[in-house]
Amino acid sequence: MWRVALSALLSHWRRHPLQLATLLLGLALATALWSGVQAINAEARASYARAAQVLDQDRLDSLVPARGLTHIGQDVFVTLRRAGWQVTPVLEGQWSRAGNSVLVYGLDPFTAPAGSLPDAMQGEGRIADFIAPPGLAYAAPQTVEALQGVAGLPPLVATRGMAPGMLFTDIGIAQTLLRAEGRISRLLILPDQPLTRPALTDIAPALERRAPLQQADTAQLTGSFHLNLTAFGFLSFAVGLFIVHSAIGLAFEQRRAMFRTLRALGVPLRVLVGLLAAEVMLLALAAGLVGVALGYAIAAALLPDVAATLRGLYGASVSGSLALRPAWWLGGLAMALAGAGVAGGQSLWRLWSLPLLAPAQPTAWARASARALRWQGAAAGALAVIAVLAGVYGSGIVGGFLLLGALLISAALALPGLLALMLGGAARLARGPLAQWFWADTRQQLPGLSLALMALLLALSANIGVGTMVSSFRLTFTAWLDQRLPSELYVTARDMAEAQRLHAWLEPRSDALLPIWKVEGTVLGGPAEVYGVADHRTYPDNWPLIVGRDDVWQTLARGQGAIVNEQLWRRAGLSLGDAIPLPGGAARPLVGVYADYGNPKGQVIIGVDDLTGLYPDVDRRRYAIRTDPAQVPGLKTALVDEFGLPADNMIDQGRVKEISLMVFERTFLVTGALNVLTMGVAGFAMFTSLLTLSTMRLPQLAPVWALGLTRARLARLELGRALLLAALTMIVAVPVGLLLAWVLLAVVNVAAFGWKLPMHVFPTDWLWLGVLALAAAGLAAAWPAWRLARLSPTALLKVFADER
Amino acid sequence: MEQGRAMLLKVEQVEKSYQSGAARVAVLRGIDLALAAGETVALTGESGSGKSTCLHLCAGLDRADAGRIAVAGQDLSGASDATLARLRRDTVGLVFQQFNLIPSLTVAANLAFQARLSGRHDADWAARLADRLGLSALLDRYPEQLSGGQQQRVAIGRTLAARPALILADEPTGNLDEATGDSVLDLMLELVAETGAGLLMVTHSTRLAARLNRQVHLRGGRLA
Ligand SMILES: Nc1ncnc2c1ncn2[C@@H]1O[C@H](COP(=O)(O)OP(=O)(O)OP(=O)(O)O)[C@@H](O)[C@H]1O
Ligand SMILES: [Mg+2]
Repeated sequence: MWRVALSALLSHWRRHPLQLATLLLGLALATALWSGVQAINAEARASYARAAQVLDQDRLDSLVPARGLTHIGQDVFVTLRRAGWQVTPVLEGQWSRAGNSVLVYGLDPFTAPAGSLPDAMQGEGRIADFIAPPGLAYAAPQTVEALQGVAGLPPLVATRGMAPGMLFTDIGIAQTLLRAEGRISRLLILPDQPLTRPALTDIAPALERRAPLQQADTAQLTGSFHLNLTAFGFLSFAVGLFIVHSAIGLAFEQRRAMFRTLRALGVPLRVLVGLLAAEVMLLALAAGLVGVALGYAIAAALLPDVAATLRGLYGASVSGSLALRPAWWLGGLAMALAGAGVAGGQSLWRLWSLPLLAPAQPTAWARASARALRWQGAAAGALAVIAVLAGVYGSGIVGGFLLLGALLISAALALPGLLALMLGGAARLARGPLAQWFWADTRQQLPGLSLALMALLLALSANIGVGTMVSSFRLTFTAWLDQRLPSELYVTARDMAEAQRLHAWLEPRSDALLPIWKVEGTVLGGPAEVYGVADHRTYPDNWPLIVGRDDVWQTLARGQGAIVNEQLWRRAGLSLGDAIPLPGGAARPLVGVYADYGNPKGQVIIGVDDLTGLYPDVDRRRYAIRTDPAQVPGLKTALVDEFGLPADNMIDQGRVKEISLMVFERTFLVTGALNVLTMGVAGFAMFTSLLTLSTMRLPQLAPVWALGLTRARLARLELGRALLLAALTMIVAVPVGLLLAWVLLAVVNVAAFGWKLPMHVFPTDWLWLGVLALAAAGLAAAWPAWRLARLSPTALLKVFADER
Repeated sequence: MEQGRAMLLKVEQVEKSYQSGAARVAVLRGIDLALAAGETVALTGESGSGKSTCLHLCAGLDRADAGRIAVAGQDLSGASDATLARLRRDTVGLVFQQFNLIPSLTVAANLAFQARLSGRHDADWAARLADRLGLSALLDRYPEQLSGGQQQRVAIGRTLAARPALILADEPTGNLDEATGDSVLDLMLELVAETGAGLLMVTHSTRLAARLNRQVHLRGGRLA
C-alpha cells in the first residue's frame, strides 16, 4: 500500500516537472547562499586559530617590552638565559616590497618549543640551512605561490598547516629582513622552568609578563564583520524559504483532490502524512546537496575578496582557498532540511486537520482569507513593538540585529494587508466593469502572490538599506580621506642615522616636515597606538574633529592633553576631561575626539615633544612632507639619487588614498554580491508564484474570456498586474529600506566598528532599483502571460466542461 | 429481513445534518436500510435529497450524527480513522459522482490503483475490465484528456478491478448514453453474481433501477 500511494504522490512531480524544478532550485539557492557565507566564516575562523597556534602562543606566557618600549634588546635575552630563565625569542614584523606583504616570524630553533616548529624542519641538516644565511623560510603553499619571484626573501619552503600570509624563519634572518638587528619583539616563557630563578624585576625590569595570546584577538576584532555576513546569509536564506514555502504549499494544494481520493480509497491519514513528510525531506536532501555544492562555489568565488577585506580592515590573514569541512556541509544540509520542514509543516498540519470531504478546489488557497490577513497584521504589529523596544533598550551588535530582524519581518508581514488596502481603495475609485474586475481580481490574487511579494520587499529594502549605508559610508570616507591625508609625501628612513640625514636634507626643500611617530601598547584595555603630532597648521586646518575645543592643538603642543579616535571614545565611554592612561603609566586629559574610519584599533594623539619625552626610544624614522604637489615626483627621484631610498619607503598621498579606497571597495564588494544574489532569489520567487498561479487561474479568466476579452488582452492585463504589484511593493520598500539604513549606520556600525556615520540619501539609486524591480517582475510575468496569450480555446472551454 | 443471511450493510436510524450558515439543515432524518451479499439495490430520489450523503456515510467517509451503520459486521460509528480507512481499502468500492480520478496517473494506472492499494491486483482481470468498458485504446492517456463519460468508466473500472465486497455507486451511468449505460450495468451485475458482492446504486433512471433486485426512494430525509 505504501508503495502504491507513494508512486501516486510522486506521479504529480512527473506531470509538473517545472514545479519540481522551482522547488528544488529555490531550496538549493537558499541553502547555497547560507552555506556559502558559513564556509567563508569557517575558513576565516580556522585561519585565526592557526595563526594563534603559531609557536604555541595560545598556551604560553610571554615577556613583552614595558613602558611603551617598542622592542627588547638581544642582550636582555642573553641575561635571562644565563640567569636560568627558559625563554625563547620571537621577532615579528611586516615585510613589504613592491605591493607584496607578509608577516615575518623569526624564531630561534634551538630554544623554541619542540612541537611548535614546522614538521618539515625536523629533517636531517635542515637546521643548518635554516640558520645560515640566506636561511630558509617556511610558509603555507598559497603564500609561497603568491611570493613567487619576489626578490629579497630567503628560499621558501611550502609547508602544509601553516597560517597563510606568514613566513617562519630564523630570528637572525628575520632581523636582517626586517632591518631590526639586535631586536626581539617578545620572549615566550617555556613550560619547564628551574625551581629557583632570580625575580624578573631584578634582572630585566624593562619587561612585562603577559598571559597567553588569546586567539580570540583577531576573532573578536573581525567578529562583527562575520556577523554581518551571517546576517546577510540568513536574509538570503529567509528569502529562499519564501520560494520553498510557496512551492510546497502549492504542490499540496494542487494535490488536495488527490489526497481526498487516496483517503477515500482507503489510505489512512497517518500513512499519507508520513509519506508526504518523507517526500518533503527527500526533496530537501536532494536540494540541500545541490545547495551545498553551489554554496561551495559561491564561497570559493567570494573568498579572495573577503580575505583581502579582512587583511585591509583588520590586518587578519585568511587563507584564500577553501577547505571542505564535514561540520560545514552537514550544517548546510541540516539547514535545508529544517527550512523545508518549516516550509512544509504548515501544509502538513492543514492536511492533518482537514476533514476528508472538505472541498478540494485549490481556490481555497488563493482565496483571500480576511482572518489570515488580520493575524499577519497583528504579528506585524507585535514585531514592530519588539523592534522599537530593541531600538530603545537594546545595546550592542545583538540588539542591532534584533532590531533589524524584527523590523524586516514586521514590514514583510504587514505588506499583504497594506497592498489589500491600496487595491481596495483603487477598486472603489474604478469606473467601468473591466476596471472593477481588474482591481477585484488583483486583490483576489494577493494571497497567492503575497509570499513572493514579501520576498521582493525583503530584497528591495535590504538593497536600499545596504546601498544607502555603503554610499553614505563612501561619501563620508572619501571626504574624510581628503582631509585626513593633507601631506603630499610620506617617507620612512631605514635607520635612525638616515632619518637624521633625511630630516636635515628635507627641511630646506619642503614647506614642512611632520613626524609620524608612534608607540603601540594597551590603552583602556584594548590594543592602541599613541601618535605624536607637531605643532603645525596642517592639523587645525585639516584634521576632522568630532568633539573638541578650538585650542585642542595648542593644548597638545603644550603636552597638556590627548585626543582619541571615535572608536576608542565610544568603546570606553569617554567624555572630555577624562584622564587617558597611556602605556607606561602617564595620563593626559581628553581634549578632543576625531573620526578615524576603517581602523579597528584605538588611537591616542599627543604632542610630539610629549611623545618623545614619555617614550625616548620611540621609532623616529617616519615623516610626512608638506610641499607643492608638483614637486613630489622630483623630490622622490632626488631621494632615490641622494639616499638610495627604496621606492617602498616613499608613498605619495595619491597612492595612500588609492589603497584606502581599494580596501573600502573590496569590503563592500561581498555585500554587493550578496545583495544582487538576494534580488535574484526574490525575482525567482515572483516567477514561480506567477507561473503556478497562472495555471490555477483559468477558472477566473475563462468567464471573462467567454464574455468577450481576447486572450492577448487578458495576457496584457496579467503583465500589468505583476508590474503594478511590484511597483506598490517598491513604494513600501523605500521607507523600510531607509529605516534599515539608519539602523545599520547608527546602531550596527557603532557596535561593529565603533564609528557612527551621517546618513545621505540617494533617490536616483531608488529609481534604478525601482526599474530593476519592475524589470524582474516583468520578466517573471512574461512567460506566464505569453502562455496565456497562446492558450488554446479548448483549454479555456474545459473549465466550463469541468464545472459539474 | 432474513436474520440467517449475513448482512453486508446495515443502516439503522441514521441521521445527518449540515451546518449551512447559521442554520442546520437536516438531510437524513432516520433512515433504515439493509443489504445482503449478492443483493442489488437502487437508491433514487430527487436532486439534493441526500443520496450522495447516504453513500458517503456507508463508505465511512463521514460520520453520522445519530444511528448505526455496520459494514460486513463492522460497526462504523465507533471505529477509528485507521479502521475506516482499512474498510474502504479492503471491503468497500465507491464509484464517485465526481469520478475523483488521480490526475497525474494514466488511465491504466488509475484503473489498477485501488486493486493494488488493497493488494488484489490481477492484470488479466484489469485488462478484461478495460476491454469491457471500452477503455483499451485510452490506457496511456491522462484523465484530463478524456471525455466525461470516459472518465466515468475509468472510475467504475477502478472500483470493479478491486472486486470489493460492497459496491457503492453514485450515479455510475449519469454521463453515459443508454447503450453504454446498459452494458456498464451488465458488467456490474455480472461481477455481483460472480463474487457475491452487494451493490447499492444511486440512479435517476427508472429503467436501470428496475433491473436491480430492489428499489428504495429517499424523500424528506427518510427512505420509502
Ligand atoms: N458539505 C456540505 N455542507 C452543507 N450542505 C451540504 C454539504 N453537502 C451536501 N449538502 C447539502 O445536503 C443535501 C444533500 O446533498 P447530496 O449531495 O447528498 O444530494 P444528492 O441527493 O446526492 O443530490 P444530487 O442528485 O444532485 O447528486 C443538499 O441539499 C446539499 O446542499
Ligand atoms: Mg449526489
